[in-house]
Amino acid sequence: MAEISDKKNKEDLNNDIIGDVTSSEYKYGFVTDIDTDIIPKGLNEDVVRLISQKKGEPEWLLDFRLKAYQYWKTLEMPRWAHLDIPEIDYDAISYYAAPRKKEGPKSLDEVDPQLLETFNKLGIPLEEQKLFSGMAVDAVMDSVSVKTTHKEKLAEMGIVFCSFSEAVRDYPDLVKKYLGKVVSYRDNFFAALNSAVFSDGSFVYIPKGVRCPMELSTYFRINASGTGQFERTLIVADDDAYVSYLEGCTAPMRDENQLHAAIVEIIVEDRAEVKYSTVQNWYAGDKDGKGGVYNFVTKRGLCRGDYSKLSWTQVETGSAITWKYPSCVLAGEGSVGEFYSVAVTNNRQQADTGTKMIHTGRNSRSTIVSKGISAGHSQNAYRGLVKVAPDADGCRNYTQCDSLLLGSNCGAHTFPYVDVLNDTAVVEHEATTSKISEDQIFYCNQRGIPTEEAVGLIVNGYAKEVMNKLPMEFAVEAQKLLQVTLEGSVG
Amino acid sequence: MKDILLEVKNLHANINGKEILKGINLTIRPGEVHAIMGPNGSGKSTLSSVLAGNPTFTVTEGEVDFHGVDLLSLSPEDRSHEGLFLSFQYPVEIPGVSMVNFMRAAMNEKRKHFDQPALSASEFLKLMRQKREVVELDNKLASRSVNEGFSGGEKKRNEIFQMAMLEPRLSILDETDSGLDIDALRVVAGGVNKLKTADNATIVITHYQRLLDYIKPDFVHVLYKGRIVRTGGPELALELEEKGYDWIKQEIDNQ
Repeated sequence: MAEISDKKNKEDLNNDIIGDVTSSEYKYGFVTDIDTDIIPKGLNEDVVRLISQKKGEPEWLLDFRLKAYQYWKTLEMPRWAHLDIPEIDYDAISYYAAPRKKEGPKSLDEVDPQLLETFNKLGIPLEEQKLFSGMAVDAVMDSVSVKTTHKEKLAEMGIVFCSFSEAVRDYPDLVKKYLGKVVSYRDNFFAALNSAVFSDGSFVYIPKGVRCPMELSTYFRINASGTGQFERTLIVADDDAYVSYLEGCTAPMRDENQLHAAIVEIIVEDRAEVKYSTVQNWYAGDKDGKGGVYNFVTKRGLCRGDYSKLSWTQVETGSAITWKYPSCVLAGEGSVGEFYSVAVTNNRQQADTGTKMIHTGRNSRSTIVSKGISAGHSQNAYRGLVKVAPDADGCRNYTQCDSLLLGSNCGAHTFPYVDVLNDTAVVEHEATTSKISEDQIFYCNQRGIPTEEAVGLIVNGYAKEVMNKLPMEFAVEAQKLLQVTLEGSVG
Repeated sequence: MKDILLEVKNLHANINGKEILKGINLTIRPGEVHAIMGPNGSGKSTLSSVLAGNPTFTVTEGEVDFHGVDLLSLSPEDRSHEGLFLSFQYPVEIPGVSMVNFMRAAMNEKRKHFDQPALSASEFLKLMRQKREVVELDNKLASRSVNEGFSGGEKKRNEIFQMAMLEPRLSILDETDSGLDIDALRVVAGGVNKLKTADNATIVITHYQRLLDYIKPDFVHVLYKGRIVRTGGPELALELEEKGYDWIKQEIDNQ
């Protein structure tokens, strides 16, 4: 009985979700009418200088931006992904948009009630007493961080959790030490773009031996039209530290395509552990593929310390186009990298996502579990690289790559690359492709479960291995999301 | 004369244009057990699928009244909510979906249909525990994924367990005895008998007399070429066991 009651809560919530979800609308599609400071569209050196100036940045950071911008100008957009990406006019985008602070003798910490309302509507209350007690949030709207909760409480333990801009101001040495060390501005086209124009994001530093007592979370919201969002997240876990971090994102429903090009850098020192979970729910466009966010993201962690561990968990349901490969560089001896992914595409969505596990440390281990779900006319690709360096003895990788198809107009593709330069490595790859059968649906129907709920149940069952890796509060949200994303996909 | 629970009138159904049921007539009252027997390919499983609303089959003619409700107009899930249960000949596996979760979804959908509030987790688990005992289904099985890796006997026990949970007014057992050894057969049949009341009814579809030793039928029907060609009491099943189906086939084919 004890076994069951452990699971009970999760099961309980599971079922409530299935009962609750009745609408297939993207419920985050609203726009907040708020006075916003938007710089003119276009990208050039002056714009880069303007962003840096608006943020009051030190000289070294402006230099970093300018170098990145010069390098970006020499690059072409990558075309190797299994994606059909329309031409993007980088001069038709505004690179900085910030909700304007209301005039008046208010304290700096006070957040505009309209912004509070916006985040309330998104289910992210920023008043600390209303938050899940086990979670601290950094809320980012368009180009700036609106508020970070629980900062003081965390500071007592020496934990730094703040917006990237504050980190530049208050902890310049830490930022300077780590910025661009895992993802260089020369890494790729979108990384160079982000390095030139990034506006805000979150910064986390967990000191030696500290286990962060709550989930840290950043919630990204695009609001202004005609803009892109370019945030940076930097997480450093010092020796023996632990942190679980979650990122969520939504955007209004618009006919235009909006660009999101982010960078996440993570550094994990000796015996430290970082768990990074994403529930990505950017607006995906309508059923004919009009509108939606283009999501081009570079996420990478460096397991520099011996016996360090980095675990990526992602639930990707949104965006018109997703191009994203959260990766681990396993440099420390015995370091561990994990990647658990559920990527759902419906209607005209396209996703090319996966991971890279780069084994350079001896006896490093990695696990990849990827669950793709395609419906409608969507295309869903898994792309992964497992690389073992010549000196890295005793490495192990296990990859499991499953695809589930709903209907007959969608596509599932798998591109696994394996590059092993050391013959003591053990690398395993398993892959399956399956469809939800009519027999399964009818079986559920016969027991009284309508088709849409049945699909939700079956899909959540298929994705369970990954869903179980999410922190509980988000597991619930993510399960609901899977079901909503697939509504109307079975006819 | 008791009320009628199920009345099938002149039911015709086909699959991909091929007619399988060619005018079925059947009347079932509460408290009754009906056995439907017949040679392979006579339409027994089609009848159960059509009654349950499997979209693979198309009904071309006829009516089915289920305690005053026009059964054929209902979706499969509403037929279930109205009290029709089908124990599948080949229960499907649903990987990753625990039995607990699956049954809870099923129960709560039914409750929703009747505007009843969902069961709390503790109420539900208590009910699961009680009903598991009917077919001696152990706890481990109930927490595993739906039918995944179950033996043939476990799958059938699991079907009867679900029947116990949903408390249907009419249960159709489609060749529940196939693939069962004698011990499993006894447990499954015992479960069905325990669930029998004066208000519900059961249709037992089977090839063999064997199951009917355990589940005593009030009526035995012989289905052949899509029609019920003979109806009798339990003695008809014994006669079939002894003489086979050939004599009936000949009689019908000569007509």
